[in-house]
Amino acid sequence: MIIRPHRNLFDLRLRELWRSRDLIMLFVRRDFVSVYKQTVLGPLWYLIQPLLTTITYTFIFGRIAGLPTDGLPQFLFYMSGTVIWTYFASCLTKTSETFISNAALFGKVYFPRLSVPVSILISNLVAFSIQFVFFLVFIGFFAWHGAAVHPNRWVLLAPVLVLMMAGLGLGLGIIVSSLTTKYRDLRFLVQFGVQLLMYATPVIYPVSSIPQRFKLLIQLNPMSPVVETFRYAFLGAGTVNLPSLAYSFGFMLIVILIGAVIFNRVEATFMDTV
Amino acid sequence: MKNAVISVENLTKIYRLGQIGTGTLSNDLKIWLAKARGKPNPMLRIGESDHGNRSGGTIWALTNVDFAVRQGEVLGIIGQNGAGKSTLLKILSRVTAPTSGRVRISGRLASLLEVGTGFHPELTGRENIFLNGAILGMNKPEIARKFDAIVAFAEIEKFIDTPVKRYSSGMYVRLAFAVAANLDPEILVIDEVLAVGDAAFQKKCIGKMGDVAKGGRTVLFVSHNMATIARLCERVLLLDKGRLIQDGGAEEVIAHYLRGGLGVAAKKEWMRMEEAPGNDFVRLRSVSVVDSGRRVTSIVDIREPFGVEIIFDILCLRDKVVPWLVLYNEREEHVFSAFDTSEAWRTPRPKGRYQTTAWIPGNLLNEGTHTLSASLNTFIPGGRNIRQAAAERAVAFQVVDPGEGDTSRGDYGGIWTAPIRPLLKWDTSCHRSQVP
Repeated sequence: MIIRPHRNLFDLRLRELWRSRDLIMLFVRRDFVSVYKQTVLGPLWYLIQPLLTTITYTFIFGRIAGLPTDGLPQFLFYMSGTVIWTYFASCLTKTSETFISNAALFGKVYFPRLSVPVSILISNLVAFSIQFVFFLVFIGFFAWHGAAVHPNRWVLLAPVLVLMMAGLGLGLGIIVSSLTTKYRDLRFLVQFGVQLLMYATPVIYPVSSIPQRFKLLIQLNPMSPVVETFRYAFLGAGTVNLPSLAYSFGFMLIVILIGAVIFNRVEATFMDTV
Repeated sequence: MKNAVISVENLTKIYRLGQIGTGTLSNDLKIWLAKARGKPNPMLRIGESDHGNRSGGTIWALTNVDFAVRQGEVLGIIGQNGAGKSTLLKILSRVTAPTSGRVRISGRLASLLEVGTGFHPELTGRENIFLNGAILGMNKPEIARKFDAIVAFAEIEKFIDTPVKRYSSGMYVRLAFAVAANLDPEILVIDEVLAVGDAAFQKKCIGKMGDVAKGGRTVLFVSHNMATIARLCERVLLLDKGRLIQDGGAEEVIAHYLRGGLGVAAKKEWMRMEEAPGNDFVRLRSVSVVDSGRRVTSIVDIREPFGVEIIFDILCLRDKVVPWLVLYNEREEHVFSAFDTSEAWRTPRPKGRYQTTAWIPGNLLNEGTHTLSASLNTFIPGGRNIRQAAAERAVAFQVVDPGEGDTSRGDYGGIWTAPIRPLLKWDTSCHRSQVP
């Protein structure tokens, strides 16, 4: 092995990352165990959080504001948005803290730094899976009670959608985490920005309800097609637009590439600046 | 170098002093905006010159360092604070990248810059062994294979399923070291982690490090403690202000370091009569620290007697004169003064070259760096004396405890101040009848 001042920008050392898969899984386990140790409800929080958020949204946006839901049961509409948005948002915010919150560890020992953000994606994926199954249970419940929900063959695309969210969260997250080694302001911007971005994504409203002049704005947001497709696949209302999905996919690839390059540069010497 | 497991070529590391940027995006943006409009930097203090967004200078933590380490070597790295030792270890352990130059490493390198890195307080001992082992570069089957050895080494069998936040600090450190010690890397890099834990455990750790080295593996060890370095390492690198200034045998380099730090070595010799301390009556010609075989040495085994050899000339038959020694330790405490009390010095002695050796018994001085002043004194009435020839802080040496348990330290590994450390004889008896 050779240690040099600068590595090739595109030398992401994925093989090394693969070799540290045990470490990644142990990080996942650590995050999982440590978060819910000494809490009364433990992993039940994974269900309580989306449930309470959905109920709140149903009440505020559905009942009080009276936003349309493409004819879907309000509860399912908001729950689909919440479950999927939570995954993206937590991937983004948690990976964006990679360098800052692991500074002490990174300063003392070397292991592939990318294993931290990757482990975050996986532990969030576990949470997402639990919530997703919970969501399926509600779909079943509503369908049994005769609600107009029509899961269709687009559900086969679900893994791709999850991958796109993970990719977008990871890419944006590691860009931000790399920049926060220099600019601490970005940490606050992320918290705030993710919330704002949610309102620019059809989480609490359907694309069909947007006035024409805002459509472009919503369509530029790479998360919009993901949320909209997800909802169409499982609930059968809304739109699926393949070019938009392709745009999101391309966007994700570019963000990941940029993120990886910046991350690669920063990880070599960030200890000198933290 | 043949069989080099580490070769460091022209390694340089430059740190920028002060903050890089202003730390907040808004301030940096203000600077960019001001620049774009051709205005001066608004963040600059008045009178400060403009270095773009970098304030302060640079520091060369390492400058063109070159060396190679062969397989199986135990290499010590010494130097004062800020000499670049930690930077070198950080680069070798890939925590930070060098500014220029390169390092080739063959084999798995594990670094122990801190004990217990990545331990999570909420996780149990068992879970932390796996997590910490993985952070240090082991995979799961490897850790599972060594699990029992780690637990046994740390002596925490009973608490293995207790969260480590409930551990005593001793248990915590033992567990942490046990994981690291059982890593079995080809190259082990250690930064003074041995300065922790209780004595028996420290001894165990040093023993483990010895085993690691004997097993054909390579160890790089940084320490401020010359005694530990002398005990463990055969070869030592001396860094000073980022430069590698010496690379050689432990004794030689430690002696050089002491000379660098204190301006003195284990031997001081005055070749020319005019430079020699003294007057037209007596002149000091050399002062040296010697072992029982009369070889000059800067490292003294705490258990062994050693000598201070003074060579001087008496140039004419005149006064009574006695050789005199004053010893100081590294805290500048005056440990003792002594002079030769034998009959022979009660009368003036004839002209000639004299060689006298004062033997200092083993198990008397404490560990650490000592300096000696030597002089030739004449007693005068009134309980005073005149120093006819004197060499202040002429020589320095290092007293080392090899840590084999047969000194006054026993199995205690902690800090031991006090100027002397005699090995006492203890008599204990028990009178049962006197306890009600």
